[in-house]
Amino acid sequence: MPLIDPSVVDLSRAQFALTALYHFLFVPLTLGMTFLIAAMETVYVITGKEIYKEMTHFWAKLFGINFAIGVATGLTMEFEFGTNWSMYSHFVGDVFGTPLAIEGLMAFFMESTFIGLMFFGWNRLSRPAHLAVTYLTALGSNLSALWILIANGFMQNPQGAAFDPVTMRMQFNSFLNLVFSPDAQAKFVHTSIAGFVAGALFVMGVSSFYILRGVHKEFAARSFRMAALFGIVSSMAVVTLGDALGRLDYLVQPTKIAAIEGLWQDSNANSSAAASPWLLFALPNDATQSNVAEIGIPYVLTPLITHSESRVIPGLLTLEQQAGPRIDSGITAINALQQFGETHDPAALATFQQHEQDMGYGFLAQEFAPNQDLTQITPANHDAIIAQTEKATIPNVFVTFWAFRIMMYLGFYFVVLFAFAAYYSLRNELEKHPLVLKAALFSIPLPILACEFGWITAEAGRQPWSVYGWLPTFQAASSHPVGYMAFSLVGFALLYSCFIAAELYLMFKFGRLGPQHHEDHEPAGHAAPMFATGAADKSWQ
Amino acid sequence: MEMYVVLKVIWAVLLGVLLSGLGTMVGMDMGVGTLLRFVGKNDGERRVALNIIGPHWDGNQVWFILGGGAIFAAFPTLYATSFSVFYVVMILLLFSMIMRPVAFEYRSKAGSTWRATWDWAFLISGALPMIVYGAAFGNVLEGVGYHYSWTGQYFQDESFLGYLLNPFAVMCGVVSLSLSIAQGGTMLMLRGEEPIFGRARVAAIGAAVVAAVLFALGGVWVAHMNGFVFTAPVDPNMPATPLTGQTVGLAPGAWLNNFHAYPLLWALPAIGFVGMLGNAFFNAVRVPVVAWWCGALSWIGAIFTTGAAMFPFLMPSSTDPNVSLTVWNATGSQYNLGWMLFFALVFTPIILAYTSWCFYVMRGKVKVENVVNDSHSY
Repeated sequence: MPLIDPSVVDLSRAQFALTALYHFLFVPLTLGMTFLIAAMETVYVITGKEIYKEMTHFWAKLFGINFAIGVATGLTMEFEFGTNWSMYSHFVGDVFGTPLAIEGLMAFFMESTFIGLMFFGWNRLSRPAHLAVTYLTALGSNLSALWILIANGFMQNPQGAAFDPVTMRMQFNSFLNLVFSPDAQAKFVHTSIAGFVAGALFVMGVSSFYILRGVHKEFAARSFRMAALFGIVSSMAVVTLGDALGRLDYLVQPTKIAAIEGLWQDSNANSSAAASPWLLFALPNDATQSNVAEIGIPYVLTPLITHSESRVIPGLLTLEQQAGPRIDSGITAINALQQFGETHDPAALATFQQHEQDMGYGFLAQEFAPNQDLTQITPANHDAIIAQTEKATIPNVFVTFWAFRIMMYLGFYFVVLFAFAAYYSLRNELEKHPLVLKAALFSIPLPILACEFGWITAEAGRQPWSVYGWLPTFQAASSHPVGYMAFSLVGFALLYSCFIAAELYLMFKFGRLGPQHHEDHEPAGHAAPMFATGAADKSWQ
Repeated sequence: MEMYVVLKVIWAVLLGVLLSGLGTMVGMDMGVGTLLRFVGKNDGERRVALNIIGPHWDGNQVWFILGGGAIFAAFPTLYATSFSVFYVVMILLLFSMIMRPVAFEYRSKAGSTWRATWDWAFLISGALPMIVYGAAFGNVLEGVGYHYSWTGQYFQDESFLGYLLNPFAVMCGVVSLSLSIAQGGTMLMLRGEEPIFGRARVAAIGAAVVAAVLFALGGVWVAHMNGFVFTAPVDPNMPATPLTGQTVGLAPGAWLNNFHAYPLLWALPAIGFVGMLGNAFFNAVRVPVVAWWCGALSWIGAIFTTGAAMFPFLMPSSTDPNVSLTVWNATGSQYNLGWMLFFALVFTPIILAYTSWCFYVMRGKVKVENVVNDSHSY
């Protein structure tokens, strides 16, 4: 079998990470702002107050600038599994592709069709009909996130499929197990609501800008209040749901939770004298497999993660050792599988089936075997290969530890910020507290940053696996020449840099202009047909 | 017939439906993008052209995304292999595709240099993807160079230049580009007025005629090229793996075997010609509504003709023909195909209903003065 080039795997990982992180700069605002805009329009339809219509129009305009790049970069994600993760796509396409296809059918069609009417249909639809269209857009974008995260849930905790040695892939066997994967469901709610936080802080921050400048006062005050109330609920929910995810990781992804907590040795139960602290700060060192400069809160770790007083959280060093026997068993599995594939020998199949549960660990060892060939493992090199593979069973602890902590500290900061903002907004005292307004303004990018670090926590913490326990990332990539990867990476870098520059330029331009801009061009007292095309004149119909 | 075989065939047909829908709807928007600089001689006219598809391009584009998702799920090995084997071409397609949503939303939000730049983006992101789309069919008909390791990992046996600089594939690319220009021009006639109407009409008629001529030429070419055939009987109920279970050979003109065996299949290329010539005719007599549906027929005819010629092959391998991907060996599991069919049956009518409603709501002509006077349209 031809060798896998590690640099191509690394370049493929870099490209996927960069394009996914870039895509996710725009997704949170899409998820959050649709519902916030729908809420504003609801108030407009119920009360008939023009200012809420103005709010709906203005925030929808900024939303549109963000949405376009979200859609564009989402295309990349849909195709990148095939273009760069061929073995992955072959190995799990039967179960992983399905939620992506359902996402297209159920959610993306809905979101994309109705967003056209949301922008262009103002003068062609009745108020309730337009409101319904706005809600369908919001529902579509969030349903879209649901199916994407169901797909992602399969990578984290593969359930709903079984490996089939004849077709050499995981085959779908339970729709319910796939859809109701606890990891997928918890992560969907956590991610969507993180998007709500981002949407709320965006609206609040831009409104703060107007309040600080003393322009668009009523518009800004109302937008601020709706966003602050939306934000305080969302930010508290997102922290709570994050805790639920941590407990799930403890149950199904022990290496990830240990890396998140920087836990090298097993935790001590709270009954013991040296109960494990929960680390506020530490510098995990992956080379020496230990932490320096630990600052922690005693007794907190065990109840926080396990929701119990006494259960032990296995440390990374323990987990590495526990992988040892599985690696040996996995090597047997892969060798038997190859033999079965080539000879259809039932004895080889029987051997494989005995060791099937560990086959992923056999794949993992391939990276360290001579010529990436497990049959070349001899008693002489066996121990060294197992030892190397053991160390490869855990993720990068420094990255996972800090990605998680940055996300989490930001999460708590949002709760505090929204609490102050909501309080002063409800008391109509915002102008007396410019510090809160400035904090809101300059915090606009932070929820998006928190989402990015959340992605890094989840996906870097999943390593070395593409599909946890079954398919190592090293095996999953397409076998491209380095030159192909250089071509696509340079192209993405150039194109995506142009996009972000154009996006920020327009966001700042239209953010600075503010809602007043529209009224200048419309007859006084007449509702502005802001998103109409040629449709403004009824006589055309 | 076994249930699994039935499901495999249904999904092969649905693949054809999906690719035809993609050609019709995405192709229409691409055609408008390609024609933008031709039908619009000034900024106002260009904005009218863009706003004609403004409310619909996003929804139409989902055909492309759904195409990717459905191939991933229903034909995992085809998705895994084809997207990687065509890597450089796929990445070019992707680069040009992702310019488009941004171009729509951003073009008219700043000054004239900015707009001129995005207009070129529309040309590239309209023409290039359609050429690539057609060329993919051409390459697949000729066979693609790949083989597999025992794990199912593909390996590439041919440089990307072979896919780009291939006369037959380029011709197929021009057919696809022409069909998209015809459909885009038709849409511009439907919702545009003079002078856009007249310019679009000339382009659409010309493109449809070119497509018909090249489609006929393609048929002659295919009759003489090597097609792929099974050299031993194959069990359609086989497990979905390309690694075992079939022996394949090459024979000149073999892509016409299905037509010889089932002469009724000649109806498919006939539908294609009726569509292309009907599109040209009804645009010539200024009835773009009928021409639009003829345009859709021409995509259905062209795609199903290709499918019927190759069936059951999906993407034959020129370097290791025995691992050629077919409808029998490249699909998902029976369980997966069943669930996917369930979702397709439930959601397709709903999608068609709300898409039609959206087009109905936005019906009527788009005029220059209204687009220009409104600072918020595209």
